[in-house]
Amino acid sequence: MALKGNLRDFTITQLLNLINLAQKTGTLVIESPGQAAWVSFREGKLAYAQVGQEDNSLATILYQAKKINAAQHRLIKERAANMSDKELGLLLINASYLSQQDVLASLQSHFTGVLQRLFAWGDGLFRFENDILPPDGKIMVRVGLENIILEGTRRMREQEQLQDEIPSLDMALRFVDRPGTNIRSLSLSVDEWRVVSFVNPRNSLRQIAKAAKKNDLEIRRIVYGLLQAGLVEIIRPIGASPIPTVQRPVASQGNKEEQKSLINRIIQRIRKL
Amino acid sequence: MQTVKMVVTGPFNAGKTEFIRSVSEIDVVSTERKISSDPERVKETTTVAMDFGRITVDDDLVLYLFGTPGQKRFDFMWEILSEGMLGFVVIVDSARPETFREARSILETFRAYAPTPYVVAANKQDKDDAWDMEDMRIALRLSPRVKLLPCVAVEKETVKSVLLELLYSILAEMDEDRS
Repeated sequence: MALKGNLRDFTITQLLNLINLAQKTGTLVIESPGQAAWVSFREGKLAYAQVGQEDNSLATILYQAKKINAAQHRLIKERAANMSDKELGLLLINASYLSQQDVLASLQSHFTGVLQRLFAWGDGLFRFENDILPPDGKIMVRVGLENIILEGTRRMREQEQLQDEIPSLDMALRFVDRPGTNIRSLSLSVDEWRVVSFVNPRNSLRQIAKAAKKNDLEIRRIVYGLLQAGLVEIIRPIGASPIPTVQRPVASQGNKEEQKSLINRIIQRIRKL
Repeated sequence: MQTVKMVVTGPFNAGKTEFIRSVSEIDVVSTERKISSDPERVKETTTVAMDFGRITVDDDLVLYLFGTPGQKRFDFMWEILSEGMLGFVVIVDSARPETFREARSILETFRAYAPTPYVVAANKQDKDDAWDMEDMRIALRLSPRVKLLPCVAVEKETVKSVLLELLYSILAEMDEDRS
């Protein structure tokens, strides 16, 4: 059945985790505004990856990996234009230009790099095409996804930590009253200045983010830096109502046997529905 | 007359009202209103307070099924509804992965309200674009101990299976408590 959705709701890290655990074979197609990517997997391992119309030929990958020089790259492009990657790889290995290890390591590094770039894609439709793999002439590798997932998780962890530090964007900021601090003498980035210019107990972080054209993660990252620097503090916005308190539910008491009997009666009844 | 309740929760448009309607012996008392915001205009109406169905077990026992409103802005109702529940069912639309994260969040919220047994129902499994059960388990980060059950909320038999599995879990937990 279908494995498809949007990266807004289901991150690359989660997708890779799923593909890894379910040991899936097939191609993940991602279509983001203005770009597309195809990433193939065999039994849960990365096999191939391509973004858009980028040159994914073996010759170019070897050149980018500095395994061949510019002249060799040009020569191969001219003379071996009709060769498949597999044929070219065999030719280079048999002619002792490169070892099999050189070829595979270059491809692994390239495909892993392509996949890591996809972590920055926060939006885009994806679908997993079961059992669809790249054409025969392409060389597939076998890279475990664990390390790639770990890297993605590190990035997500940053996001989660920021979420913990600044859980609500409905709060406001105010400057910390510290004698001797001159905000104008501080060295702030353009983005930080933009946020600082909106600091006011009446402006919620959400409003500041909107005004400064920042997404939730970006505004948290900037505000976290300002908090760490001791420039601002988080307060409830002026005019906000106090947080309502709710009572914990009281645990039900009663004889265990009676409760079991009650549950069994319900079971009997539902079976008869 | 003794009354007990189970809560049916899940994201917006997951199928909670249909689930209750399939087994309730009364017309589901539903407080639905026209949807006003565009992102939620997947269906014409949605549950704004709660809906409930009833199953009369015998002369002195009635089971109520309470459905929670799926939209986040009504989450103030959730804790009220969860008070004293026997257990709860989290309904997830198998064909809308964009709701999985919210389903996970709702599940964690209800777990925090009360340490009662629960099951997860993967609804709309009859749809072509429904996710596989095992893919859903991974996506929802459910441990193997958590029951994830296939469901089609408009089909009474699958709804019965989900409720029975929840009741079996409640019994099992009682046995565990005793041992």
